[in-house]
Amino acid sequence: MHGTTVLLIEVGALLFALGMLGRLGRRIGLSPIPLYLLAGLAFGHGGLLPLSASEEFIEVGAEIGVILLLVMLGLEYSATELVGNLRSAAPAGIVDALLNALPGAAFALLLGWGWKATLVLAGITWVSSSGVVAKVLGDLGRLGNRETPVILSVLVIEDLAMAFYLPLITAVLAGVGFVGGMQALAVAVVTVIAVLVLAIRYGGAISKAVSVQDAEALLLSVLGLTLFVAGVAAELNVSAAVGAFLVGIALSGQVAHHAVEMLSPLRDLFAAVFFVFFGLTTNPADMPPVLLPAFGLAVLTMATKVLTGYVAARQAGIALPGRLRAGLALMPRGEFSVVIAGLAVVSGVQPQLAPLATAYVLITVVSGPLLARIPDYAWAKSWLRRRAATRRTTERVPATD
Amino acid sequence: MRVRVEQTPLPGIGVRHDLVTNSGRTVGVVSHRNGRRDLVLYDVDDPDACLASIPLTDDEAAALADVLGASLMLGQLAGLRQQAAGLLTEQIAIPAGSMFVGRRMGDARARTRTGASIVAVLRDREVIASPGPSFVFEANDVVVVVGTRQGLDGVTAILAGDIGD
Repeated sequence: MHGTTVLLIEVGALLFALGMLGRLGRRIGLSPIPLYLLAGLAFGHGGLLPLSASEEFIEVGAEIGVILLLVMLGLEYSATELVGNLRSAAPAGIVDALLNALPGAAFALLLGWGWKATLVLAGITWVSSSGVVAKVLGDLGRLGNRETPVILSVLVIEDLAMAFYLPLITAVLAGVGFVGGMQALAVAVVTVIAVLVLAIRYGGAISKAVSVQDAEALLLSVLGLTLFVAGVAAELNVSAAVGAFLVGIALSGQVAHHAVEMLSPLRDLFAAVFFVFFGLTTNPADMPPVLLPAFGLAVLTMATKVLTGYVAARQAGIALPGRLRAGLALMPRGEFSVVIAGLAVVSGVQPQLAPLATAYVLITVVSGPLLARIPDYAWAKSWLRRRAATRRTTERVPATD
Repeated sequence: MRVRVEQTPLPGIGVRHDLVTNSGRTVGVVSHRNGRRDLVLYDVDDPDACLASIPLTDDEAAALADVLGASLMLGQLAGLRQQAAGLLTEQIAIPAGSMFVGRRMGDARARTRTGASIVAVLRDREVIASPGPSFVFEANDVVVVVGTRQGLDGVTAILAGDIGD
């Protein structure tokens, strides 16, 4: 009895504090993710106010948070969008993977970490935060810009790539070795393709089977189906997150639209718990030694993201200012990096990984959206215009000869 | 003559339509999944960026479409006039004192008597295309009529109330 009361007090105080932090973040134009992580650090082991009674509860909540984050991501994209985008954006996706995953891997090797931790860090530096990037684009009024489809398709490819990466990393961290990892990857590839084909061919029928009329029944059935599939996927070592992502993709049309509306508040709640939980598992005392490496890694991989955006936008025929906008917008890392790091923390592969990932995500997610504004400032615009003008005149000179 | 509207999917957000005008400017509309629409105007110096992005509600978008549609329709009628020699288009206002204010269009028997057709009525910046015989006129309606010179003059006279039955 006493345990429950303490749990209520702790969870209540925590959620209220998160609500206040969210408001503060909105006021200063900051994504709530870094604030939730900081809150987790403050409440965790060795933090200012350790929460003891509710940690188990928060752990379960965090698990549900990951699942909800992924099912919402799947619901936002339709299977046709994912596949239709694949052909045109594949080169950009490959450039993105090479330029951003390799620095992370190289960095881990440089620190003398094992191959498992290397694989994890590669994933952490690879994936931009779709949520934060989409929000930045909306806030800066860039949704109509020509480079925006380029940015979005890079994000879509990354999210789709996660459907293969997460099962691989889950299996590897479970200690099944390289062969086992490849098996998990093969299972994931077959499952993802099967789900995509099913969703494109029979998506209408699947969605029709779930009635939209009854809101309560829809909420329970979609949530239930998601958790069930996620659980089965985890049991098969294919990562719960990917199972949820595939459920989201399989649902489309009206059902997806209503499910997004109803699951959004739940996602907001449990995703907040998830970010806090990740902060909780990190001891703030471990942070200072990794700050400098995290900063170096952040600078390096933010630069490679700018290069990724530059190359991808150039392929799409975008001019220099647009290429820079695309690159700078892609910089923030967020939910996926934390999800990947979370998997590694559970398996205890490298003790320094959690604090490094926390510091890394904090740096990129705070500085990324601020740096993304650079091309909108007057001085940057005039510099770009002068550059374009000088280039034009140098091009014209030989033509008149 | 044909305008090319380009459609670009925005995964996770919606779809963007844009077109380049004759004057070289690019305008577009971003349609969000949740029904919101943004009217976007592109920068002349940097054609990849939008200069302004104006969020529109359903009603605002519909009103804007109506206003633009009205001028489009008149433009098409003007084109029609050039194609068929001898066929004219005219906008005729119904004076407040006309005997047809509050009466059905069918009562004027304009086409039967003059051969000219009423193809549209403009009311409060709204276009009512191809009104039927049961359409009721109001004061200050502007009717768009297509016909010969003689026919148009006839309709003007009928609506002004000069020719009785």
